[in-house]
Amino acid sequence: MSELLIIWCMLLAQLMLGVAMACTLYRIIFGPRAQDRVLALDALYVSAMLMLLTFGIRTANTIYFEAALVIAVLGFVSTIAFAKFMMRGEVIE
Amino acid sequence: MAEPPAWTCHPRGTTIDIAALLLPVLVFAPLAGSIAAICLPSRQGTEAAWLSGLVAFLCLGISVYLYLHVSHRGVIAWQVAWIPQYGLNLKLRMDGFSWMFSGLISAIGLLVVVYARYYMSSSDPVPRFFSLFLAFMSAMLGLVLSGNLILMAIFWEMTSIVSFLLIGYWYQNGQARDGARMALTVTATGGLCLLVGLMLIGHIVGSYDLDAVLSSGDAIRNHPLYLLALILILAGALTKSAQFPFHFWLPHAMAAPTPVSAYLHSATLVKAGIFLLTRFWPVMAGTDAWFWLVGLAGLTTLLLGAYFAIFQHDLKGLLAYSTISHLGLITVLLSLGSPVAAVAAIFHTLNHATFKASLFMAAGIIDHETGTRDMRRLSGLFRYMPHTATLAMVASASMAGVPLLNGFLSKEMFFAEAIETHKVNLLDTVTPYVATLASLFSVTYSIRFIHSVFFGPPPRDLPKVPHEPVRWMRVPVEFLVLACLIVGIVPSLTIGPLLHTAVEAVLKDDTPSYSLAMWHGWNLPLFMSIAALIGGVILYALMKSYLANSVEGPPYIRRLEGQRIFERVLVALSWRWARLVEAKAGTRRLQPQLRILAAASLFAAAIPLLHRGFQPADIVLRGIDPAFAFVWLIGMACAVGAAWQAKFHRLAALVLLGGAGLITCITFVWLSAPDLAVTQLLVEIVTTVLILLGLRWLPKRIEGATKPEEMTFGVRLRRLRDLLVAVACGLGLSLISYTVMTRQMPGTISSYFLERAYFEGGGTNVVNVTLVDFRGFDTFGEIAVLCIVALTVFALLLRFRPASDSLEKPMQQQVQNDFDDRHPDRSKGDSISDYLFVPTVIMRWMFPAIGMLSAYLFFRGHDLPGGGFAAGIAMSIGFILQYMAGGTRWVEERLRIHPLRWMSIGLLVSTATGLGSWALGYPFLTSTSRYLHLPLVGDVPLASAILFDLGVFSLVLGATVLILIALAHQSVRAPRAHIRAPRPSGTEAS
Repeated sequence: MSELLIIWCMLLAQLMLGVAMACTLYRIIFGPRAQDRVLALDALYVSAMLMLLTFGIRTANTIYFEAALVIAVLGFVSTIAFAKFMMRGEVIE
Repeated sequence: MAEPPAWTCHPRGTTIDIAALLLPVLVFAPLAGSIAAICLPSRQGTEAAWLSGLVAFLCLGISVYLYLHVSHRGVIAWQVAWIPQYGLNLKLRMDGFSWMFSGLISAIGLLVVVYARYYMSSSDPVPRFFSLFLAFMSAMLGLVLSGNLILMAIFWEMTSIVSFLLIGYWYQNGQARDGARMALTVTATGGLCLLVGLMLIGHIVGSYDLDAVLSSGDAIRNHPLYLLALILILAGALTKSAQFPFHFWLPHAMAAPTPVSAYLHSATLVKAGIFLLTRFWPVMAGTDAWFWLVGLAGLTTLLLGAYFAIFQHDLKGLLAYSTISHLGLITVLLSLGSPVAAVAAIFHTLNHATFKASLFMAAGIIDHETGTRDMRRLSGLFRYMPHTATLAMVASASMAGVPLLNGFLSKEMFFAEAIETHKVNLLDTVTPYVATLASLFSVTYSIRFIHSVFFGPPPRDLPKVPHEPVRWMRVPVEFLVLACLIVGIVPSLTIGPLLHTAVEAVLKDDTPSYSLAMWHGWNLPLFMSIAALIGGVILYALMKSYLANSVEGPPYIRRLEGQRIFERVLVALSWRWARLVEAKAGTRRLQPQLRILAAASLFAAAIPLLHRGFQPADIVLRGIDPAFAFVWLIGMACAVGAAWQAKFHRLAALVLLGGAGLITCITFVWLSAPDLAVTQLLVEIVTTVLILLGLRWLPKRIEGATKPEEMTFGVRLRRLRDLLVAVACGLGLSLISYTVMTRQMPGTISSYFLERAYFEGGGTNVVNVTLVDFRGFDTFGEIAVLCIVALTVFALLLRFRPASDSLEKPMQQQVQNDFDDRHPDRSKGDSISDYLFVPTVIMRWMFPAIGMLSAYLFFRGHDLPGGGFAAGIAMSIGFILQYMAGGTRWVEERLRIHPLRWMSIGLLVSTATGLGSWALGYPFLTSTSRYLHLPLVGDVPLASAILFDLGVFSLVLGATVLILIALAHQSVRAPRAHIRAPRPSGTEAS
């Protein structure tokens, strides 16, 4: 019973994450401002990380967590770089 | 071939003894000395000289000791597997002939070191000289001792390169630079030909082993590829030995310091070609092709060299042409194909080295003590330096072939052989006449050398007052001249056994009976000698007054100089033709280049399809995960969006690109390539930062500055064509990928690696084990390339000058600084620190966390996803984050960032790991693994590959940080450029 529950939950979670990614895609493509696009990319990173986690749970394989870990620890770096670029006009002063 | 005597060490090395172990010492001791010498401070010339002297003495001692092992046709060999699959082994082999050469190299090397100690001025970087000198010695010893054809070619190239550096030692002198460049161009081109020739020989014989080659002479001579191999090998030998028509580089190499000329251009480097010809004489000589090619080159060189030498005014120029001529003499002897001639060739090689080295040293003394080498300015030096004069006279008498000296003996042998008929043709008929004439010329230039320098009225207005040199500068010359005399008077007692050892090693059972004696009775060769001597004296008497005032170079054919032709060819090749091609076929516009590139790859990919047909597998849609299908759609949308935005909205395109990259990483995960996904994610982040760093320097888009292109028919057509090319390329690529991926691969190597990863590589992560162990050599090459690329980027960015419109600070910073300036309670930079207060704390505190992640990726790399590459990039992201948080100055005040050092340490560690397995007797980069028992922790798997991976880590970290930081530094440099930039707008050009 709990197995079935997990499978359905995961499928549902993945679908919802997919929808979330689609939403971020809309912002990335249509903006309108650069800030919107960057935030959307950050959200896309987070959704992707969660997607990988759900995928790992679904397939009972921990090897996918590695990539999720990398996104979690370092995913914010490109967002920071974008933010710095927009605020100061250059990434490293 | 006869059975080798029982007491011979078999070349296969079954009886490795002390003697065989001395061979690598002989080659690598000078190399180690060279590295040690370059580490000395540039003032410590004396220490470097002592070091070089000791090394040369050691080599000489080893050579002398090894004589016992190589006399009577003994052969000793030492071998280590290098790349045995390709037949390349580090095999050193010594027989009598290579013994003779190694003795010559180390003995003359020792003398030249003593000489150079007093010759080199203390204002020069003397340790560099001795370092190069020892490196050359090592290369030369390696060349004569190598028992493998490819190894021989490697050492051959090494001699070319080091001699380039030695000739250009005084690189502030334009002549030295030109001479060095010319020598390198000629000899390295020859070396390339030689490599191909040796590979052909290896192909014919089926082995690169020198012993195998030397025992298959008939197979080589009768093979259809013989002629090609011969021409290529001759191209190598004749360029190195400065034979016509490649002789012209040697006189220009005289811009080198005189010790270099005495060593390289008399005894060793130019003899390398002779060595090669003699080495292959038993297996390649005797055919018509050999006779004509070698003979024609040798005879022309013999005559022209001697003729040109007469008309030189520079002492060293005269000696250089004389060297060319004497090398021609040896070449002629080798061309004849008779064993006695080969004996004479080997003998003359020795004799020429002794008298020519001493003459070069004497010329150097004259130059050193008078300040000039121009024979028109020198005269009457006998009264100032009688000792040197006497020595030079004896040596040049030997060069002229006067009896009682060693030059006479081998010249007599040469005459005797020239008279003999070997083949009935024109070349053989003219040989005796040419020989006598060339000998006559050599008498003339020898007399000129002595007479114009040491006799006549006292010299006027010399740069220095001439005097005898210091005692020890003369000792090497005295030693060599004494050798000339003793060998010339009692040859069979002194040089006889040594020469016989060398001759037997080359000729084996064909060793002829010959007699080394001064007096052979009244015979034709003697008359030829007498005629040459008398004729030479008369010719000098006739030409004396002409020579004293003439322009340098022989009359009439002065303009026909090889050097001019060489320069013309170079100019045509590297300048005119290159410009022509660039003007006709090149373009600086990006679009046509890309169009050509895309179209060419499309065309190249289409050819096999048209030839072989194309059956793509049927598309079967099954097992599609709806979530991932959705994710892919998002990725595709991102990619298309990036292409669509790329022209005008760089930032938006970059964001879209980031999205597409992320989806690619998820795809890798889904397709079970977690290693790739982790690495790609890290690379994705670094790339984004890198492009953002670059965006700062790209020109801004100015609305309305460029008029939108009018959509004429031509423009539409062009765009349509470009679209078609792009779509065709994209479709083709996906079609190829699809086809490849839907095929079942028969017997791929992945199953091989999967099976062996744990048992042979000691790791369960097959990708990582493959990278650092099975394909370690590839990885090694790749990280070396990475290193080169990073250094190139760094060097290019050093010269980077931003466009004028991106010089000033970005608009945002100006606004924020203005705001800070306007409010008295704020100081400059407050805005940014206020805004970034929280993020900065997080970014700084993330540094240890990222370091932890990096260590984690590194250590689990061998068994689970990760590894040195991923860890290196992760760590570099940590550093970049600090730069973003605090700015360049803040970070560099607090952290020691030395990317260059990290890179070099990484490369060295990887190399050392590879060499470590070598030292233990395994091929390069063999790794071992075992379990180490640690208290409390338990069994820890330990593979030596982790050290290699550590090198990869350090190098990747260094390279990434170097590139990013080099870009970041542009902002710090910009203010200086900014100060320079503002000028009245009217005067500003472009």
